[in-house]
Amino acid sequence: MSKEKYTEMRNQPWRDELRKAVPMKERTAGERVKMNEVDPAERIKSQLLEVNLGLTPEQAQAEAKRCMDCANHPCINGCPVGIDIPTFVKQIEKGEFGKAANTLREYSSLPAVCGRVCPQEKQCEAQCTYHKMKKEPVAIGYLERFAADYAIKNPGECPKPEKKPANGIKIAAIGAGPTSLAFAGDMAKLGYDVTVFEALHEIGGVLKYGIPEFRLPNSIVDSELKAMEELGVKFVTNFLVGRTATLEQLSEEHGFKAFYVGSGAGLPRFMNIPGENLNGVMSSNEYLTRVNLMGAGSEDSETPVLRGNTVMVVGGGNTAMDSVRTAKRLGAERAIIVYRRSREEMPARLEEVHHAEQEGIEFMTLHNPIEYIGTEKGRVRAVRLQKMELGEPDASGRRKPVPIKDAIVELPIDLAVVAVGVSPNPLLLRTLKGVELSKWGTIVVNEETNQSSDPDIFAGGDIVRGGATVILAMGDGRKAAASMDEYLRKKYNLD
Amino acid sequence: MNKVVSNRLLANNIHAIEVEAPLIARSRKPGNFVILRVGDKGERIPLTIADADVEKGTITLVVQKVGASSAKIVSLQPGDMVTDLVGPLGQNTHISKVGTVLALAGGLGAAPLLPIVKGFKEAGNRVLTVLAARNKDLLILREELGAYSDELLIMTDDGSEGKKGVVTVGGEEFINREKVDLAIAIGPAIMMKFAAQMTKKYDIPTICSLNTIMVDGTGMCGACRVTVGGETKFTCVDGPEFDGHAIDFDELLNRLGAYKEEECKLPVK
Repeated sequence: MSKEKYTEMRNQPWRDELRKAVPMKERTAGERVKMNEVDPAERIKSQLLEVNLGLTPEQAQAEAKRCMDCANHPCINGCPVGIDIPTFVKQIEKGEFGKAANTLREYSSLPAVCGRVCPQEKQCEAQCTYHKMKKEPVAIGYLERFAADYAIKNPGECPKPEKKPANGIKIAAIGAGPTSLAFAGDMAKLGYDVTVFEALHEIGGVLKYGIPEFRLPNSIVDSELKAMEELGVKFVTNFLVGRTATLEQLSEEHGFKAFYVGSGAGLPRFMNIPGENLNGVMSSNEYLTRVNLMGAGSEDSETPVLRGNTVMVVGGGNTAMDSVRTAKRLGAERAIIVYRRSREEMPARLEEVHHAEQEGIEFMTLHNPIEYIGTEKGRVRAVRLQKMELGEPDASGRRKPVPIKDAIVELPIDLAVVAVGVSPNPLLLRTLKGVELSKWGTIVVNEETNQSSDPDIFAGGDIVRGGATVILAMGDGRKAAASMDEYLRKKYNLD
Repeated sequence: MNKVVSNRLLANNIHAIEVEAPLIARSRKPGNFVILRVGDKGERIPLTIADADVEKGTITLVVQKVGASSAKIVSLQPGDMVTDLVGPLGQNTHISKVGTVLALAGGLGAAPLLPIVKGFKEAGNRVLTVLAARNKDLLILREELGAYSDELLIMTDDGSEGKKGVVTVGGEEFINREKVDLAIAIGPAIMMKFAAQMTKKYDIPTICSLNTIMVDGTGMCGACRVTVGGETKFTCVDGPEFDGHAIDFDELLNRLGAYKEEECKLPVK
C-alpha cells in the first residue's frame, strides 16, 4: 500500500477520533490477551476438537485498543501479503467487526486460515512497536482470526468484495492449495474466468490433507472456499493436469489463456538410513493424509492408519508438531519429537511448540536417527539416535548440529513419522515443455512477477520455493495474479 | 463422479468394471493406473487400467473381491457412480520392437498385462504368453490375451485346466525352446519374485509391475516406496514398472502386509 493511501486511511475522521479517545498511557497499560483454549487433558482425547477457541468480542476490542495505530505501520511491512493491519485492528476497536473482516478480505482470500496458521511471531507481530517498549506485541493473529470468524458467522454484514466486470478470459490454476487459492481469488476479483484443478478429491491442498482439524477445522477452509465460489471461482477435483489432460489440450480445446502452477512440493523426503522402509516408518505426509484427508482416526473411515504406543516424530517444523500431536490424540502413551538441532532453531510456530508441551509431548532435541531396528515380522521396534551438539553457523545462519563421537542411544518405538521436508512434485513438471527448472526440480520464475520462462505460465508456492509456509505461498499467488493481469491486459488489449 | 457402464463377472469374485472416463480413456497408455474411491468414507484404491475405449469414453478395471473396499467396488451396477476417479497415473510401459517377448501373468495380473501384451504385439514383437492361476475358476482374460499372443500357454497349480504347474514352469518351457529378448511378469508379489529369479538364470531382462499400498498415488505419501537396485523408489511416480532383477521383493512382501492387522479392525458390512 502506498504511503499516501495509508495516510489517507489513517486520517479518516472516525479513526482520528478513535485514536484521540484513549490516552496512549492507557493503551499501553494493558496486558496482551490470552487465547481461550480447550484444556490439554480434554483436547488430546479428540482429533477433531479445535484447541484455540478464539477471542470474545470484549477481549478482541480490549486487545485492539492496545494497538497504538502507529503512523509508520511496521506490522504491515512484516506481512507477506501486505494486509492493512492497523485499519482492521482499529475497526475491531470501534466494534465494526464486519468492516474489519472486509478490510482483511481486500488483501487475503483466506483470512480465517491465516489467523490460525501464520507464524505471526516471525512476521507482523515481530515488527510491532511494543517490542521497542519491551512489551508483548499486539495479538494481530488472534484479531485476524476473530474478524474472519465473525464474517463466517455473520455473512449478512460482510458483503461480497467488489468484482470487476467479467472479461471472458479463461485462466487455470493448477493445484488447489493456498497459493492457487490466493491467486484464484484475486483473478476472479479482477474479472477473469478462473478454474482451479486439483488431483485429490478435496479442495484445499495442505489445508485439508496436512494441517489437522485441531489446528484448522475443515469447516473453516470450506467457508473460505464457499466465499471464493461466490466470487465465481470454479473447482475441478480428481484432475491431474498434465495427465488427465495436458496444458496444450486445456488451452487448445478448452480455451485457457494462461496458467498458474501451484502444485506444491509433493514428494516427502526420507533420510536414507537403514531400516527406513520397515513397516511402521512413514512420512508425515502419509500419516497426516490418512488421518486428515481420509479420516482414518474415526471409526467409520475405511482408510486404516497404524497406531503406536511410543511414537517418534523426526523434525522440528509445523508438520512435525502436527504429526506428534496427532499421534498423542490417536492414543500414543509417549509421543516424542526427535530433532537434530536445539529448541531455539526449531522452525515450528511458537504456539504449536507450546501447545505440544502442554499436551505432554516429549522433546529429544540434539538427537538424530541413524538406524531403525525391526521385529522379526518387519515392524519397527527401535531407533538408534546419534547425539548431537551445536557447532559453527551453517548456510541457514543457524548453528550446525554435529555428531558427538560414540554418543548413540537406542529408543524403543513402535511407530516413526518422518517430517524432514519435501521435494517438488515431478508429475506435472514432466509434462511441462519449455518451462525452465532449477537443479532442485523447482520452477524458475522472475522474482518480481512469478512468471516462468514460458510467458503464459506463472508459478508460486512450494513448486517454486521448495517448501515454505502457507502465507508465503499465498503471497506468491497474489503477486502472480497482479502480474498476470498486467501481462494479459497488454497481450489482449484489455484497457 | 463417474458412471459405471457395465460389470461383468470374469471368474470367481473377479469382475471387469467399465466406467465412463473419457479424458482418461484418451490419455492413458499401457502400464498406467487410476485411483478410485467409492463412498464418502471410502478408501483410495489404485487399480491398473486393463482396457480403454476412446470412442465410448470408457476404461475397464479388473477387480477381485478381497476386502471391504474391493467388495464395494465389485458390487457397483450399471448406472451407479464411482465417487472419485483420477488418472492416468504412473509411468507408461516402454514399448518398442525388441524381438520376442515373454509375458507371464499370475492370476489377476492378467488384467494389467493385457494392454502391455497388446502394445508389444502391435509394435511388431513375437509375443509368448503364459497365463497361470491357482485353478481354472481363477483364469481370466484368456481370449483377450490369446488374441494378441502368438502363443498362449495355460497353467494351473492344480491341473484343473491347461498344464499342471506354476507360471515359471510354463515360462521356462518357452525359454528352453526359443530365444526370448524380454520378459514381463505381472501378478502377486511372490509370483513376480520367483518369475524374476527364473529369468535371471537365463539373463533375460525382466519388467515387473508392482501393486503397492498407496494413498494419493501422486507421489505425496510415500507409502508405495520400494527398494530397487539399493535405492528407494516411489511406485506411483517412478513406477509402477521396475527392473524385476533389481527389486527387493522380500521388503515389498513385508510392506504389502503393513496394514493387515488394521484391516481386520474394519467394520464388517
